[in-house]
Amino acid sequence: MAAQPNFKDKDMQVAIGWVLRVGVIVSIAVVFFGGVVYLYRHGHSLTNYSTFNGVPDFVNPSGIINGILAFRGRAIIQAGILLLVATPVLRVCCSAIGFIAEKDWLYTAITIAVLLIIFISMLTGHAG
Amino acid sequence: MSVIVLTLIILIGAYFAGLLGSLTGLGGGFIIIPLLTLGLHVNIHYAIGASLVSVIATSSGSAAAYVKEGITNIRIGMFLEIATTIGALAGAMLALHVQTHVIAVIFGLILAFSAVMSFIKKVEVINAEGSAAATALRLNSTFPTPNGPVKYGVCNVGGGFFMMVFAGLISGLLGIGSGALKVLAMDTIMRIPFKVSTTTSNFMIGVTAAASAVVYLQRGYIDPGLSMPVVVGVLLGALSGSKILVHTTSSGWLRWLFTIVVGILAFQMIYNGLTGKI
Repeated sequence: MAAQPNFKDKDMQVAIGWVLRVGVIVSIAVVFFGGVVYLYRHGHSLTNYSTFNGVPDFVNPSGIINGILAFRGRAIIQAGILLLVATPVLRVCCSAIGFIAEKDWLYTAITIAVLLIIFISMLTGHAG
Repeated sequence: MSVIVLTLIILIGAYFAGLLGSLTGLGGGFIIIPLLTLGLHVNIHYAIGASLVSVIATSSGSAAAYVKEGITNIRIGMFLEIATTIGALAGAMLALHVQTHVIAVIFGLILAFSAVMSFIKKVEVINAEGSAAATALRLNSTFPTPNGPVKYGVCNVGGGFFMMVFAGLISGLLGIGSGALKVLAMDTIMRIPFKVSTTTSNFMIGVTAAASAVVYLQRGYIDPGLSMPVVVGVLLGALSGSKILVHTTSSGWLRWLFTIVVGILAFQMIYNGLTGKI
């Protein structure tokens, strides 16, 4: 019983393609804008990436929002990067909705399993 | 070095990395990481973080087109993403505890392996009947060709799944898409047609990289100042690469260029890793 590409599968493909494209365009636009601000404000300062400088203060959402309000280029870039990382995760959410609409419970479960693993990854990152 | 000079150097380097990455189908990470670590003495964890972000951008950008055309098999992708995300999580955790010169040596070995892989001639045999597991998981499907849709079946689901855990692990550990390993799992082990395996691999790379990127993000290894030129450069390079790819007819010289570049980088990474310079 090979899966027949039906109307709903086609719908899901279009939606997923759209999410991916819009996600990349929006996040890169934000990163680029943040980059311009960052270079304008800090273009002539010195940097050193040879050793780890510690966790910056805009890793969590509140730090990013404060940074954006202060018009800090690095915080704006970080917001764009967060959007970019969220794009494939959103794509997975989108598939989950699609599989639910198709009443394909096996793949709904598989998709939720993938989301759970990504969620666990987020938690372990925090745990230190 | 001042921020503006460093940004420009990385931007240009990332552009060529993205260009070569999309022409060879390997992604930009395999050049970006040696460029940052060997050329600019950037800490390898920062380099991995920046590379992961660029991997997500290029994979999502190109996957969008293939998904719409219906070549990508979303079910195979979703099912195998269980394996790659578990691997990616493990790889990202591991990377933070493994010494940097060990990472450099593994990186060099994977590069050398990818170069060899791209030279192995593959014979495509499409069998319409899949294995029992593939049928139960509804992985068998069709893909569009100029002569109408072609049916294909999937074999050895367990072996492919196991290989995908490894591909995810390498992706999280080294910050690359590990497309070569994913394709190995899909067309060599699972006997999925090339067009489907390469596009589905591309589709999966974004999710795999996102799973490890969240770990790197929270540990502060994705630095905005560094990631910004990497991601913009690689994406622009990949865009030009895909335009060139449409117009070029011979890929022979490309394979040679690719092998030479990757060979040199692999040697450099292994050498510097072994002598403790990274």
